[in-house]
Amino acid sequence: MIRRVSAGPILAGTLCLLAATAFAQQQQAPAPTPAAPAAPAAAALPLPPGATPAPPTANMPTSEAAQKLTGVPVPPLAAAPDKLPLAQLRLPKGFKIEVYASGVPNARSLRIGDKGTVFVGNLVRDKVYAIVDRNGKREIKVIASGLDRPNGLAFKDGTLYIAEGTRISKLEKIEDNLDKPPQPVVIYSDFPNHQSHGWKFLALGPDNRLYVNVGAPCNICMPPPSNAQIRSIALDGSDAEVVAHGIRQVVGMDFHPVSKVLYFTENQRDWLSEDAPQDKLNRLLNPGKDNFGFPYCDGGDIEDPIYGWGHSCSEFTKPIAQLGPHSAPLGMRFYTGHMFPAKYYNAIFLARHGSWNKTKKIGGDITVVYLNKDGTVKSQEPFMTGFIQDNNYIGRPVDVQPMKDGSLLVSDDYDGAIYRITYGDGKVAGR
Amino acid sequence: MSGVVRIVVALALGCLAALPASAQTAQERLPTCLACHGENGQSQNPEVPSLGAQQAFYVTVEFLMFRDRMRVVAPMNDMANGLSDDDLRSFADIISKLPAPQPAPGPVDEARIERARALVEPNRCNFCHTPSFAGQQNVPRIADQREDYLVKALRGYKDNSRRGYDASMADVIEPITDEQILDLAYYIARVK
Repeated sequence: MIRRVSAGPILAGTLCLLAATAFAQQQQAPAPTPAAPAAPAAAALPLPPGATPAPPTANMPTSEAAQKLTGVPVPPLAAAPDKLPLAQLRLPKGFKIEVYASGVPNARSLRIGDKGTVFVGNLVRDKVYAIVDRNGKREIKVIASGLDRPNGLAFKDGTLYIAEGTRISKLEKIEDNLDKPPQPVVIYSDFPNHQSHGWKFLALGPDNRLYVNVGAPCNICMPPPSNAQIRSIALDGSDAEVVAHGIRQVVGMDFHPVSKVLYFTENQRDWLSEDAPQDKLNRLLNPGKDNFGFPYCDGGDIEDPIYGWGHSCSEFTKPIAQLGPHSAPLGMRFYTGHMFPAKYYNAIFLARHGSWNKTKKIGGDITVVYLNKDGTVKSQEPFMTGFIQDNNYIGRPVDVQPMKDGSLLVSDDYDGAIYRITYGDGKVAGR
Repeated sequence: MSGVVRIVVALALGCLAALPASAQTAQERLPTCLACHGENGQSQNPEVPSLGAQQAFYVTVEFLMFRDRMRVVAPMNDMANGLSDDDLRSFADIISKLPAPQPAPGPVDEARIERARALVEPNRCNFCHTPSFAGQQNVPRIADQREDYLVKALRGYKDNSRRGYDASMADVIEPITDEQILDLAYYIARVK
C-alpha cells in the first residue's frame, strides 16, 4: 500500500492531539449522570406500533450449557481462497464441488441474470455483487453499496430487484452496465423498520409479481398487523397485498415448477428447548387466507408457552415438513435442470444455515426434499454436508441457485464463498 | 459549555477532519484515537467508550461498519474512511491489548446493583457477554465501560438508532425498560 505522508496531516495531527487532550482534561470533572441525559426513550419504539413484547423471563434456561449458547459470529471479512474447507464438504457419489468464487464477504442470496451474471446479496454488509464468468475466469464486481441489509434479490427482464431492510429498489439493464451500474431506484418502501428479522427474501412469482417477507420483529412477541407475513407486490411497487399470515421469518421461497404454488422455509422461535420447536417447510395453497400460526403455534405442533393458551395448532395451516429444531432453513429452489440424475428433477434443494440455539449443532448442510404428485412431501435426505465439524462451523450455507447448465451454486456467508456442484462430467445428461 | 471548551472542541473536530485516512499507519494514528478514547484504555470523555481489552473481532466489525458507513457516527466515519481490511485488523489487535478499564469510582448504591443483577440472567446478558462481561469474538467487552456510554448504546439499540452488526441486541433489548437500562448501565460500569 502507498502511504502519502506530508507535513500537513502531521501538523494537523499534533494540533489535534493537543486540542483533544485539553478537551479531555476539561471534561474530567463531571461524574456520569445517567439518569439525566438525552431525550426520553419513549420518543421512538423498538417495535413497530402495535407489537407486544413477551415477558423477558419466559422460559429462560439457567443451565451452564444453555448459557454458552450465543449467536454464531459472522466473520466480516471473507476467508482467503486457500482457507476454504473444500476437502471437508461431502456430496453423494458422482457429484463434484469446486469453488466458484471466493472473497465475497457475507455472500447471501443468489440470483442469475439472463446473460449468466451471478448476483450475490449481503446481510451484515452493505453490498450487492455481480460475478461474471469470462472463459472460466471470474470477475467479482460491486454493483451497489451503502445498502441496508440487501439480502433479497430477484431478476426479471434485465432488471435486478433488491430488497433491503425497509425498501425494494431496482437496477434496470444491469447486465449491460455492470461496470457503470445505475443508482438503485426505489419502487416500494412501506415496511416497518426493525432489526430483529428485518431482512428480506425476495422471489419473482409466476404471476410476474414480487414476493417478500416481513418478519416478526422479535424472537417471540405479539406482532403488529404490519409484520409476520408474506406480501405480493407488482413489479412497479404498486398493488401490495398480504398473501400469507402468521409467519415468524422467511429466508427462502420458490414456486413449484408445475403447480406454481409458493413453497417457503420458516424459522421458528429460540429458547423453547434443545429439540423444539421444529423449523418448517410450508406451502401456500390459499393465498390471502392461510395463517401459519405465529406466535400461537410453534413448529406446527406445539402451542407456544406464552401465546398458545386458548389456541390449538389445529387452527393453523400445517407445515408440509419439519426440517429440524433450530436448524435455520434458508434459501430453497426447485431443481429443473438436467445435469443431475432424474430423481432430483422438481425436487427442492434447501440450505440449512445451521443451529445456534442448540448445544449439539444441527443443519449446516444442503438437503433435498422430494415431493409427491400432489405436492406433499415424500421424503428428505442430506445432499451436501460437512459444514459442522466437531460441533463447530467451518462454513454456513445460505442459498442455493441452479445455473442454466444444471449445476448448483451454494453461497456461504461464513467464509464469503460460492461453491458450484456438478454431476458426472459436468455436461447436461441426456434424459 | 465554556468558551475555552468550545474553542478546543472546534479545534479537535477540525483537526480530525483534516487527517487523511491513508496518511498514517494504525500505530502512528493511535495517539489520535486515545486522545478521545483515553490513555490506558480508559475514556475520560462523556459518551466516548473506553477501548481497553476490547475484543479484537468486535473492534474489527465496528471499524468496518464505520468505514462502510453502516453506522453513521461523527467523527468515527472520517477516522475510518479509506482504511484497508488489513488496517482494520491492525487497529483491532492494538486496541485489544490496551489495559482493561477500571470500575467507576465512588460509593456504590447496593440497591441499584441488586436490581440490575436480577435483570442479567433473565435477559441473557451473561450468555453472550460472558459472566464476567469480558465479551467474546463479535460480542464486546462491557465490564467497567463508561456508564453514560452504556446508557447511550442501550438506548440506541432500543430506539433502533444504533444499528447492530447482527440483530442480537435488538432481540434482547425488546422487553427492557428505560429504568432497567439505567440500572444495568450503573451495575456494569462497576463490575469488580
